[in-house]
Amino acid sequence: MVALALGACAATPPPKKAAPVPINLDPYPSTYHRYPGAVTAIRGATVFDGEGGRIENGTVVLADGVIQAIGGPDIPVPEGAYQVDGTGKFVTPGIIDVHSHLGDYPSPGVPALSDGNEATSPVRPEVWAEHSVWPQDPGFSRALMNGGVTALQILPGSANLFGGRSVTLKNVPARTVQGMKFPGAPYGLKMACGENPKRVYGSKSQMPQTRMGNIAVDRATWIKAQAYKRKWDKYNKNGGDMPERDLAMDTLMGVLNGQILVHNHCYRADEMAIMIDMSKEFGYKITAFHHAVEAYKIADLLAENGICAAMWADWWGFKMEAYDGIKENIPLVDHAGACAIVHSDDPNGIQRLNQEAAKALADGRRMGFNISDEHAWTWLSFNPAKALGIAEKTGSLKQGKMADVVLWNANPFSTYARPERVWIDGALMYFSGNPRLRPVSDFELGQPGEGDVK
Amino acid sequence: MIRSVIASLLLAAAAPLTAQTIAITGGTVALGDGSEPIPGGTVVIRNGRIAAAGVNVAIPQGAEMIDARGKWVTPGIVAGFSRLGLSEVDLSGGLTDDKAESGPFGAAIDVAPGINPSDSTIAVNRSDGVTRAIVAPNTARSIFGGQGAVIDLGADMEPITRARVFQFVELGEAGGNTAGGSRPSAYIQFRNALREARELGRYSGPISSSARRAEEPLDRPIVRNPNESRLYGPGAERSEDVLLTRFDAAALVPVLQGRQALLVHVERARDILNVIGLKRDYPSLKIVLVGATEGWLVADRIAASRVPVIASAVNDLPANFEQIAATQSNVGRMRDAGVHVAIGMIDDNDTRYLFNERQYAGNLVALADVPGASGVRWGEALAMITSRPAEVLGMGREIGSLVSGRRADVVIWSGDPLQVSSNAEAVFIDGVQQPMDTRQTKLRERYKDLNRDVLPQAYKR
Repeated sequence: MVALALGACAATPPPKKAAPVPINLDPYPSTYHRYPGAVTAIRGATVFDGEGGRIENGTVVLADGVIQAIGGPDIPVPEGAYQVDGTGKFVTPGIIDVHSHLGDYPSPGVPALSDGNEATSPVRPEVWAEHSVWPQDPGFSRALMNGGVTALQILPGSANLFGGRSVTLKNVPARTVQGMKFPGAPYGLKMACGENPKRVYGSKSQMPQTRMGNIAVDRATWIKAQAYKRKWDKYNKNGGDMPERDLAMDTLMGVLNGQILVHNHCYRADEMAIMIDMSKEFGYKITAFHHAVEAYKIADLLAENGICAAMWADWWGFKMEAYDGIKENIPLVDHAGACAIVHSDDPNGIQRLNQEAAKALADGRRMGFNISDEHAWTWLSFNPAKALGIAEKTGSLKQGKMADVVLWNANPFSTYARPERVWIDGALMYFSGNPRLRPVSDFELGQPGEGDVK
Repeated sequence: MIRSVIASLLLAAAAPLTAQTIAITGGTVALGDGSEPIPGGTVVIRNGRIAAAGVNVAIPQGAEMIDARGKWVTPGIVAGFSRLGLSEVDLSGGLTDDKAESGPFGAAIDVAPGINPSDSTIAVNRSDGVTRAIVAPNTARSIFGGQGAVIDLGADMEPITRARVFQFVELGEAGGNTAGGSRPSAYIQFRNALREARELGRYSGPISSSARRAEEPLDRPIVRNPNESRLYGPGAERSEDVLLTRFDAAALVPVLQGRQALLVHVERARDILNVIGLKRDYPSLKIVLVGATEGWLVADRIAASRVPVIASAVNDLPANFEQIAATQSNVGRMRDAGVHVAIGMIDDNDTRYLFNERQYAGNLVALADVPGASGVRWGEALAMITSRPAEVLGMGREIGSLVSGRRADVVIWSGDPLQVSSNAEAVFIDGVQQPMDTRQTKLRERYKDLNRDVLPQAYKR
């Protein structure tokens, strides 16, 4: 009050500060537009709605890119709608893979295309995965045709403690990565615990060489980010001279501002607990732990803190921090009331995420958990959509949401099931019965096997 | 209900029981020989061997009876190509035994002493119905990885079913890299190696052969490995123009003579034809193709050559320039052309996820319903992960099927074993019932309830 009064009485008013100039937070904007789709009614199928609901003899109507209606056999079907007989078949939301490196570690896996890890410093939040994504990676089409994957997050690798920004894509072929970017999806920040950063830098006699080194570098970086944020908060409030921009700190400030979601590669339970404390120390939220093979040991902690665990069904032992992987990890996390996600991290695994969920489902039932098929589907679409901040738009079959839909020729938890049709935003992007509806990437054009079933 | 009966009958055992006469009745029985499953079949195990399997099977008096109604009964899975038992933790976990990055030997290496039956990888795969595995060494400094073994996954200290069953060589991209940077270099190294073996073989026959003149008493302890007989004794001289160590050259003599199979890893179509073409110059080679991702492009010629294939089941990515034509229909198309195909895990988590072979086999069955794709019948798909790999190595009369006289490697499954939702409920190896607990099941039991107890979790086991 005193200062204010004095200031008002000063003889010469201070020079007026320039108003703050907003920074463009979306300089590489999505150019994705949905492809045209016929008004379509799938009738007579068993429907898993992605949020745990199940409809027998269901009807799903797709129109104008969205789910126009979903219900039983009595749901009215618009006149002239293209009708698909779903008898004996299953309809689900498209699978969403929260952890993929398609495009930044594409096929062919040659050195010229190895663009997933900027392993030149353990702190690289300035790199953006979208600037590495090669849209011609044939892996995208395999994930679509064999996996029923309609959206996916591409992350930088885990060599670094701060690996960079992720990008969420619609699984639609495009000439540019902007043409695949999921409109309005928030960015993610890839962080990594444990063995990888300390191995990559420790072997170069650089910090971090130990797990304690990992945490020290993490904390020092967050301290810098907090200072950076203070500078910008002040500028955004008062204007004046624009602080110098730092791309790395921009990303971390986005996290501290709650605009960028933290996707934290972390295997061991004890390390996840430390990362949770770190997030509280610096005031950010961890959205999901990825590869959380020991999530079952702290499922209660994950539930309490509202953190998703993205997991494999049965991977274990390929490195020391994966040694305690168990086949019931996913159902145990689910049973504790935490958000369980089945992820791939693999261009082959992404083609069989439904089967990976089937393994986890069966293992959970064997230990006595009463898990329905339709509940297990939340691990494949709605929970990953939540972790990506896109659950309002996709991930379940609710009226008005994006018509990202798969028609399976059998129960998708059967090893014998295959996607028969896949719609993205209501456009039919794959149909097993039509060879013209098999996308062929530029790389595959003119090569042996072009346009083959894959 | 039925499961709990079986559980109480079978699963309580903590250690392997001794082999006895057992009759498993009422289950859906799949023999693993390519035939389709038989409902309500019986499998009789006696003295560690299959006594009989099928319908109308007489049950010996005094046999232990196992009611398998509602279950499926099959031969144990034979992992068609693996590095099982050679690595407990693959990355930064200490020594693994799949290859010697800086060792002096190649072809002479014998994986057998590297197999650790106590590896958790063995227990985890065993509890998922894998009973035997073809174990190959990886290559390091030579295009030859060395000699592979067939192992069993039994919970005992004797894992080797047969040592030195085959030699493993890389002649595709990996071979080219190892050979100094090109495929032609790999081929000339291969030819030179066989030349050195031929020379060694000419100078000195195997110990057991009549050509051998004298037998030093010191040779006797190693007679069981015929390769090493050429290392000692009279007439073991070599020319000076050699690249291989004597051990390595000696190891290739049985390959050259067709007494030991030669597993050749190649992927691209032209490489496959090059390998088949080796038979012209070396007619006695017993070649087995490993990988063969582009096999479908030349399936007729593979079939005509009668060279069997251990293939990756569901490779469908152009992961590199030797797998451009990859498709999940590869196995089905080769099979349709008359190629003898088994499934292996070639460079696909080969030290640990062998339990995925039944998932892959199921995926091949699923392809039958995809227009334009080539699937595999259920019975054939099961054979590809049981009897076919055994046959490739000439061991089809020993393992891989529920045919009378075979070793009694039997699995009782909760349902169709090609469904990932099914699990192994009981596993027999050589007729011996196996324990089903693993580190993983113990961790699960320890942590399934996270409520604070009177003592920390470390006291729970």
